[in-house]
Amino acid sequence: MEGLISLAVKAIFVENLALSFFLGMCTFIAVSKKISTAIGLGISVMIVQSITVPANNIILSYLLKPGALAWAGFPDIDLTFLGLISYIGVIAALVQILEMILDKYFPPLYNALGIFLPLITVNCAILGGSLFMVERDYNFSEATTYGIASGFGWALAIATMAGVREKLKYSDIPDGLQGLGITFITAGLMAMAFMCFSGVKL
Amino acid sequence: MSLRNYFHSLEPHFEKGGKYEKYYPLFEMVETIFFTSNTVTKVAPHARSFVDMKRVMTYVVISTIPCILWALYNTGLQTNSVLATMSVEAQSGWRITLLQLTGLGIDPDSLISNVFHGLLYFLPIYLTTLIAGGICEVTFATIRGHEVNEGFLVSSMLFALTLPASTPLWQVALGIAFGVVVGKEVFGGTGKNFLNPALTGRAFLYFAYPAYMSGDSIWTPVDGYSGATSLGIAAAEGYESLSNYGITWADAFLGTIQGSLGETSTLACAIGLVFLLLTKIANYRMVIGCLLGMIIFSSFLNWVGSDTNPMFSMPWYWHLVIGSYAFGLVFMVTEPVSGSHTNLGRYIYGALIGFMVVMIRVLNPAFPEGMMLAILFGNIFAPLIDHFVVMANIKRRAKFNVQTQ
Repeated sequence: MEGLISLAVKAIFVENLALSFFLGMCTFIAVSKKISTAIGLGISVMIVQSITVPANNIILSYLLKPGALAWAGFPDIDLTFLGLISYIGVIAALVQILEMILDKYFPPLYNALGIFLPLITVNCAILGGSLFMVERDYNFSEATTYGIASGFGWALAIATMAGVREKLKYSDIPDGLQGLGITFITAGLMAMAFMCFSGVKL
Repeated sequence: MSLRNYFHSLEPHFEKGGKYEKYYPLFEMVETIFFTSNTVTKVAPHARSFVDMKRVMTYVVISTIPCILWALYNTGLQTNSVLATMSVEAQSGWRITLLQLTGLGIDPDSLISNVFHGLLYFLPIYLTTLIAGGICEVTFATIRGHEVNEGFLVSSMLFALTLPASTPLWQVALGIAFGVVVGKEVFGGTGKNFLNPALTGRAFLYFAYPAYMSGDSIWTPVDGYSGATSLGIAAAEGYESLSNYGITWADAFLGTIQGSLGETSTLACAIGLVFLLLTKIANYRMVIGCLLGMIIFSSFLNWVGSDTNPMFSMPWYWHLVIGSYAFGLVFMVTEPVSGSHTNLGRYIYGALIGFMVVMIRVLNPAFPEGMMLAILFGNIFAPLIDHFVVMANIKRRAKFNVQTQ
């Protein structure tokens, strides 16, 4: 239990997907203009992340790993080369389902997210989460924890970013920097503030 | 011709259509040093008050005076005490030549020698800050047509006071330039930034030049001498062993310990705090929040305890006096621009910083000091905190309306 808590804290703050790995930057920057939308997207990413990482973990340990197919009578087969494509497939399918659910039950959020919802499919934070799970050799409970926590960390980062950007509406930004430019600078400065966690050993 | 009239005679050249129209911010800067600006708000809403930006910023500069004086004395004291134990050959450099020429000598017991020696360290750093930061500020003001604000004086003073005495001057210039340009001017100048400019510059230096900005040998500017800060000692051996190094709680409170120029003395910061609170520049809610956050979380860690990490057992009254906690609390946490703007938000914002500072000091072995980073962290969360406080308010009032109808 203690290990899972420290894993969660680490995934949220120390190894924040957005601000220390700079993953998922496109959505992070494009959909952070309003806090409410950003929180909506953050929650969607968190949901997708907390389903895909454990799902991919199951696929990895029961289908792909060397020896994983022993239950079907093929102990010598190693299918890890199919990893990337199966993770992406799982992510794409899940996002599709999420999109339909949102469209049916939360139309305002669905409209606000617009094109960025399907883009979660190719959000590198999501695939990154699954790949980190593979690389770090998480078991199922660790993968679930990591999925939820890393998604939450990303949601936290985008909500904070949206807060800062709403505040920056009252700023007087030079013409050349307006829009994307200042957002990149803001993301960099936020990453600097998140450096306070770098080095935390849990 | 009086100075007032002299400025009046110059003014047409700098106004719209004048020869030096472009340099109006420069003219305005010099003029407002001597006289109060006579421009008034032209559009509603109006509020009549004598407390304008200039006065606010001047008050903050005034409140740093105890810290500056202590910085001069303590830097000299630390340097002189180390030099006094060294051989005569080790005592070289232009500062020492100057001290000997003036007949003051290197005497840790002499107040004047200490203050003068400290001045020789503080002044170059502060002047570099003013010049380098000033060039950036004036360039931006001239091109973008805003005023050169007194806020810059505050940022530069705070920035200079947070540096170790041995910082190379080129780094001082680089740090303040980064702080002024990226921390403030790209957002449109004073009042429009979301991070504290002085801290942005300081943190930039810290991460860009860790070798110069951390470790044991930088705090006292004597070659070949290394002495850990009290936080460093506490992190390595536990706060109890500070007394082995001759540091008592009273020393740390008074500030006769090693550290950045102006951050060592809790007493000097406390005097500044009283002034800021009396003039209502600093909001007491942030101070209370920050104190409570620090006290509660450090007490909690005391209660948890740890066999391997001696910082766990450090009580809150030690957290208060060592490192830059007091300085950050007084001058950076209370900064109105980058902090929260709602009253409830201010408590939360303060508490978040208080919590983070203890978290970094105790749980993060990479950084012995956490105040600077904790405040930056608080800064980026301040708008979000405000958002939630405002949303909660709206909800509460909507409910209230339904009930009364």
